[in-house]
Amino acid sequence: MAQDDAALSARQPARSVWYNDPYKRGIAFQAITAVVLVIAAVWMWQNTLENLKRANLTSGFGFLTSRAGFDIAQSLIEYSADASYLRALMVGLLNTLSVAAAGIITTTILGLLIGIARLSRNWLIRKLATVYVEGFRNIPLLVIIFFWYKGVLNALPNVRDSIVLPFSMVLNNRGFYFPAPVFGEGSGAILIALVAGIAGAVFYARWAKAKQMETGVRPPVFWVNIALVLLPPLLVFFAFGAPLTFDLPVAGKFNINGGSMIGPEFMSLYLALSFYTASYIAEIVRAGIVGVAKGQTEAAYALGLQPGRTMRLVVLPQALRIIIPPMTSQYLNLTKNSSLAVAIGYADLVAVGGTILNQTGRAIEVVAIWLAIYVSISLTTSLFMNWFNRKMALVER
Amino acid sequence: MTSKNNDIAFVRSHMLAAEKPPRQEIGLAAWLSRNLFSGLFDTILTLVSLTLIVWTGAHLVNWLLVNAVWFGTDRTFCATVEQGGIQPNGWSGACWAFVGEKFSYFMVGAYPVHERWRPYLVFALFAATLAPLLMPRVPHKAANALLAFVIMPVISFFLLHGGVFGLMPVETSLWGGLLVTLIISYVGIVVSLPVGILLALGRRSQMAVIRTLCIAFIELIRGVPLITVLFLASYMLPLFLPPGTNIDKFLRAVIGVSMFASAYMAEVIRGGLQAIPKGQFEGADSLGLSYWQKMALIVMPQAIKLVIPGIVNTFIGMFKDTSLVSIISMYDLLGIVRASFADANWVSSVTPLTGLVFAGFVFWLFCFSMSRYSGFIERRLDTGHKR
Repeated sequence: MAQDDAALSARQPARSVWYNDPYKRGIAFQAITAVVLVIAAVWMWQNTLENLKRANLTSGFGFLTSRAGFDIAQSLIEYSADASYLRALMVGLLNTLSVAAAGIITTTILGLLIGIARLSRNWLIRKLATVYVEGFRNIPLLVIIFFWYKGVLNALPNVRDSIVLPFSMVLNNRGFYFPAPVFGEGSGAILIALVAGIAGAVFYARWAKAKQMETGVRPPVFWVNIALVLLPPLLVFFAFGAPLTFDLPVAGKFNINGGSMIGPEFMSLYLALSFYTASYIAEIVRAGIVGVAKGQTEAAYALGLQPGRTMRLVVLPQALRIIIPPMTSQYLNLTKNSSLAVAIGYADLVAVGGTILNQTGRAIEVVAIWLAIYVSISLTTSLFMNWFNRKMALVER
Repeated sequence: MTSKNNDIAFVRSHMLAAEKPPRQEIGLAAWLSRNLFSGLFDTILTLVSLTLIVWTGAHLVNWLLVNAVWFGTDRTFCATVEQGGIQPNGWSGACWAFVGEKFSYFMVGAYPVHERWRPYLVFALFAATLAPLLMPRVPHKAANALLAFVIMPVISFFLLHGGVFGLMPVETSLWGGLLVTLIISYVGIVVSLPVGILLALGRRSQMAVIRTLCIAFIELIRGVPLITVLFLASYMLPLFLPPGTNIDKFLRAVIGVSMFASAYMAEVIRGGLQAIPKGQFEGADSLGLSYWQKMALIVMPQAIKLVIPGIVNTFIGMFKDTSLVSIISMYDLLGIVRASFADANWVSSVTPLTGLVFAGFVFWLFCFSMSRYSGFIERRLDTGHKR
C-alpha cells in the first residue's frame, strides 16, 4: 500500500506534459488555426490585389453612381438605362422582394390545402395530394421554371392572336395585360376610411371576445366585421363620385398599349416557386397536424365541437407551433430560390448584379452586395418569425 | 351429479364457422362508400377530382404517347405543315425522336464519340461498387466503402480525364450531361458528409475561435442562394489565387456545390448531436475515451442514425441543385438539354417541352429512388428505442 502511494507520488510530476492538458492544448490549437487563417487571408488579399492590378481594375464601391446603360423590362420604380448602377440594384432588389412576397402568399395557401388534402378521408384526394408532393419535391426547381417559361408560356399566342379575357384582360406570349386602376381625387380619403374600418373591426373583435368570456354568449363577429371593413370605403367612394377609372389595355398592331403588364418571366418564376415550395409546405403542415396528439381531437369531439371548429380552435393552434419554425426556413428558401430568375432573364437582384459584374468586372463588390442583402433578408425574416413563434408559444399554460 | 344441469344448460362442444362480415362492411362497394362517397361533400370532391384526373390523364397520355413522334431524323418529323414539317396543322405531341437522337449527348455531353466508352465504363463501375454497398446483406462494407469513395473516384478521374496509360486527354469542358450532374453530386456527397460533421463538431466546440469560424461559415453560406455561392466560386476563386494560376471551371463548380452542401449538412448533423443525451458524452468521458474516440465510437453513430432522413434530404436537395451549374454556363443534364433546344436541326415548338419532360423525369427517377431508399434504411435501423 505504502509502496503504491510512494510510486504514485513519485510519478506525479511526470504526469502533466503541457500538451496533455486539454485546456492548454485547446489554446494552442486555436492559436495555430488563427495564425494559419491570418496568413491565408493575407496571401489571398495580396493575390487579389495583384490580380486586380494585372486586369487594370480598381476596387471600391464608387462605380455604383456611374451610368448603368442597360434596360430592365420590369421595374417597380422609375428606371432607365441612364440611371445609376445603384438604382439598377434597387430595381433588382424590389423585383426579388415582389416575386418572393407574391410567391409566399400563394405557396402558403396551396401548401395548406395540399397538406390537409394528404390527411383527407377521401382516398382519391389523398392519393392526388401524394402524387403532387412526390412529383414536385423530386424535380429541380430550375426544370419547373423552364417548364413554365419554355413549355407553357411560350406556347401562348403572339400579340395578333392574343387571348382576350373578360374585363379587358389580355393574355399573349409577351405577358398578361390587365386594366390599371387610376386613382382620382379623394382616393386618399377612401384609403383612410378603409384603415379606419379595419381598426374598427379589430376593436369590435376584441370587444366581442371579452363579451364572450364574460357572458358566454358570442356576439356576431364575422358579418359585422365584413360590414365594418367594406362599408366605410364604399360610402366614401360614392360620396366622392366614384373617383376611380381604369386604364384599359388596347391591342395595337404589334403591341398592346396601356394597362398594366406582368411579363412571362415573372409569371413563370412566380408559378414555379409557388408550386415547388407548396410541396414542401404541404409536408410541414401534414407533420404539424399529425403531431398534435389524437387525444386533443377526441377531447374536442367529447366536448361537442364540430369537426370544423375542432380543427380551427383546437388542432390548428397547436399544430402551428410545430409548423412555424420549418415554415420560416421554407419562406427563406423561396426568397433565395427566386435568384434562379437569372436563368430566364427576370431582373432580380442576382440577374442585375450579374449584368453589372459582367460590365464592370467588379466581382468582389457585387458578390459582397449580394451576400449583405441576402444575409440581411434572412436575418430580418428569422427575427420576425422568431417573434411570431414566441407569440404563438405564449398561448401555452 | 355432473349431468344434473345437462338439460337446462347448453355448452357448445365445437366451434362454429366464423360468420361473414355484414354486407356493407366488405367488398368494393363498402370500400367505395367509405373512401370515396362518405357524404355529399365527399362525393362532390371525388367526382370533381375524378373528372380532373381523367381529363388531364387523357391529355397527358395523348401528348406523351399517342401523338408523340418516336422515330425521325430531323425537325420536320416534329413540326406541323405550317411550321415546315410533316405533321398536320394543330398537331402537338412529344418529340421523343429528338431525345432518342440526342440520348448519348444528354448522357455524356460533348465527350469525343470514340472515347465515349470511358464515361459509360465509369457509370458501370460506379453502379457495380455502389449497388453492393447499398444492399445491407452484402458483407465487407468497410472495404466496399473504401472502394466506392476513395479508389473508384481516383480511377474514374484518370479514366475520364485521360492523359495516362495512353488514354487521350479529354478536357473537362467537353464533359457534360448526366455525367457532370452525377460527378458533381457524387463529389458533393462524398465531401459534404465529413466536412459537415467537422463543421457541426466545430460549432459545438468549447474553443471560441473554432466555434466562431464554423458559425460564420455555416450562417453565411446558408444565408445566401446557391447561385451566389457558384458566382463566388467561379469569379472570386481565381482572384484569390496567385496570378497565372488557372483553376478549372469544373473544379470551381464542384468547390461551390461542396461548400454549400457542407454548410447544410453541418446543420442537419448538429440537430442529431443535440438530440444525444448528455449521459452519453459523460459516459464516454468516464471510460477515459479521448475526444475523437468519444465522437467516433459513441456519439456520431447515434447522432447520424437519428438524422438519416435529414441527410438524405440534403443529398436530394444537392442533386437537384446541381442543375444550377447550367447558369454559370456549364453543361450538366439540364444545361445540355437546354443547349440542344438551339440545334437548328431539331428546333420546333415541341422540342423544348419534350426535352424538359425528359430531364425532369431523369432527375425525378434519381431523387425518388434516393428518398425510397432512405425510407427503407430508416425502417431497418429503427430498433425501437425511440421515445
